[in-house]
Amino acid sequence: MAFAAASVLSLQGCAGWQSALDPKGPAANELAWLIWFFIGLCSVVWVLVMIALAAPLLMRPPRRTEPLMLDASADHRKLRVVVIAVGLTAATLVGLTLLSFFANRTLAAIGSNAALTIRVTGHQWWWEVRYEDATPSRILTTANEIHIPAGEPVRLLLTSTDVIHSFWIPSLAGKLDLIPGHMNVLDIKADKPGTYRGQCAEFCGAQHANMGTFIIAEPRAKFDAWWNDQLQPAAAPTGDEAKAGADLFLKRPCVMCHKIGGTPAGGTVAPDLTHIASRQTLAAGTLTMSRGNLAAWIADPQGIKPGSHMPVVELNGDELNAIVAYLEGLK
Amino acid sequence: MRLGFATLLSVTLALAACQREERDTRPQSSLGSGGQPTPVTTLEPGGQRPSPSNNKAASFEANAFHLSEGKRLFGWFNCSGCHANGGGGMGPALMDQKWIYGSSMESIHATIRDGRPNGMPSFRNKIPDDQIWELAAFVRSLSGNAPSSAAPQRNDDMMPHPSENRMPDAATLGKSP
Ligand code: HEC
Ligand code: HEC
Ligand SMILES: [Cu+2]
Repeated sequence: MAFAAASVLSLQGCAGWQSALDPKGPAANELAWLIWFFIGLCSVVWVLVMIALAAPLLMRPPRRTEPLMLDASADHRKLRVVVIAVGLTAATLVGLTLLSFFANRTLAAIGSNAALTIRVTGHQWWWEVRYEDATPSRILTTANEIHIPAGEPVRLLLTSTDVIHSFWIPSLAGKLDLIPGHMNVLDIKADKPGTYRGQCAEFCGAQHANMGTFIIAEPRAKFDAWWNDQLQPAAAPTGDEAKAGADLFLKRPCVMCHKIGGTPAGGTVAPDLTHIASRQTLAAGTLTMSRGNLAAWIADPQGIKPGSHMPVVELNGDELNAIVAYLEGLK
Repeated sequence: MRLGFATLLSVTLALAACQREERDTRPQSSLGSGGQPTPVTTLEPGGQRPSPSNNKAASFEANAFHLSEGKRLFGWFNCSGCHANGGGGMGPALMDQKWIYGSSMESIHATIRDGRPNGMPSFRNKIPDDQIWELAAFVRSLSGNAPSSAAPQRNDDMMPHPSENRMPDAATLGKSP
């Protein structure tokens, strides 16, 4: 009793923005329903098996006058029980297989008419996100934060450039691997607007644990506005400090790795920083976005995310402040 | 007793091997690249600059982590754009035994940091100093000048030459000295 109460209480911890037991989209719904059904049915089977095992142990064996004498009718009864048990087991297994088959068909159908395709590329230890569009000038590259229109199916194309990662937004869908040189397709749909957290689910190196991502589902109009904003080149720096920062960004190693749209910085091996200040977190969900955290990250990425592929760039206090002032304005 | 000693010995030896992978990812000095000797001139044909006692050269050279970081950066910073995968293109081959500016860690570091007159750009201020050392260590491994226990192993994609840990030492043309 106490155990049951404790388990129910601990399940409360499973609600929230990252939980397979708190589904927020059709795919996750299907999976949650399936797992609960499996657990329920398997529990019943387990209890029945335990009873069947316990009964003969507790029952007194029938007294026999001649131990070696065969009792044909009793044997016949026993055979029937075994045949029925095997039949029930087979039927249960076939039933569960069919259920999981149909659940899979439902998952596959979710994205059949998806209007939006997003390419998600895993890197050690962040996510590159590219919105595909038939018009090349509307193709958008960003990082770590995936905005989608709520209530619409979205097709994700998953791949990687280094090692195998796995994309998992528990509240919306099951996990699927990102494999170098191979493209996996995952369809997701969020029923309601909201922020859903995801996490790399395949060990991929030192900072695997700090490889988070966010799906932000918004009403269509808001999503379109977001996309249009993100397509704009970076905001021009205002104020002397930010201007100095923009200049420093181009003169220092930052420019070798990062892209800032509308400036000569065109590196493609690290997150696109064109609208960095519009994101909610830094370094794949490691820090929340704020001026202080930006400065902390740039001053010592190896202290915050040891082994990350962003090196420590030596800057003095003024230079650091200037670069932070510039990046902070890239809304 | 003897078994205990053998175990202890092998554990100690195994621990010593961890040195090969030691990952220091933060520069030791925060004084900036001013701590590095300033080049007197950019013209140093064939010469090796008097080796400044830089412990980075020694500690990065036999370290598997720094070598593989160097390999990644060689692609990231587009060294391959001019040097291909070491075989040479617009820039000279880096996997042969010919060195225009010397084969030491220090000369290669100086080449990358300050550039060279016939078209090698200077990466001063564009690549942090530690990463230049990593690149230098990797460049040396291209011609077999790195311990095979530490040099990078096979690529994930198509390889234009044997993996760095199987490269014959170009200086001795494959014969061990
Ligand atoms: C060698 C390449 C490299 C250089 C040089 C570099 N970065 Fe980065 N940077 C990265 C990588 C890789 C990441 C992603 C790290 C992660 O999340 O694991 C990153 C992440 C960031 C982020 C967080 C981005 C996000 O979307 O969360 C900021 C901001 C940033 N870098 C700023 C800078 C600045 C400013 C400089 C120059 C002082 C700089 N970087 C130099 C590779 C680099
Ligand atoms: C724009 C083309 C270009 C790029 C990019 C480039 N190099 Fe070079 N590199 C050259 C040329 C040309 C030379 C020959 C210079 C000379 O002879 O004066 C050279 C010479 C060198 C040498 C000296 C070779 C010797 O025999 O002494 C090294 C080492 C080297 N490059 C490494 C690198 C590394 C590492 C990178 C990436 C960070 C890089 N290069 C990027 C063109 C380039
Ligand atoms: Cu991972």
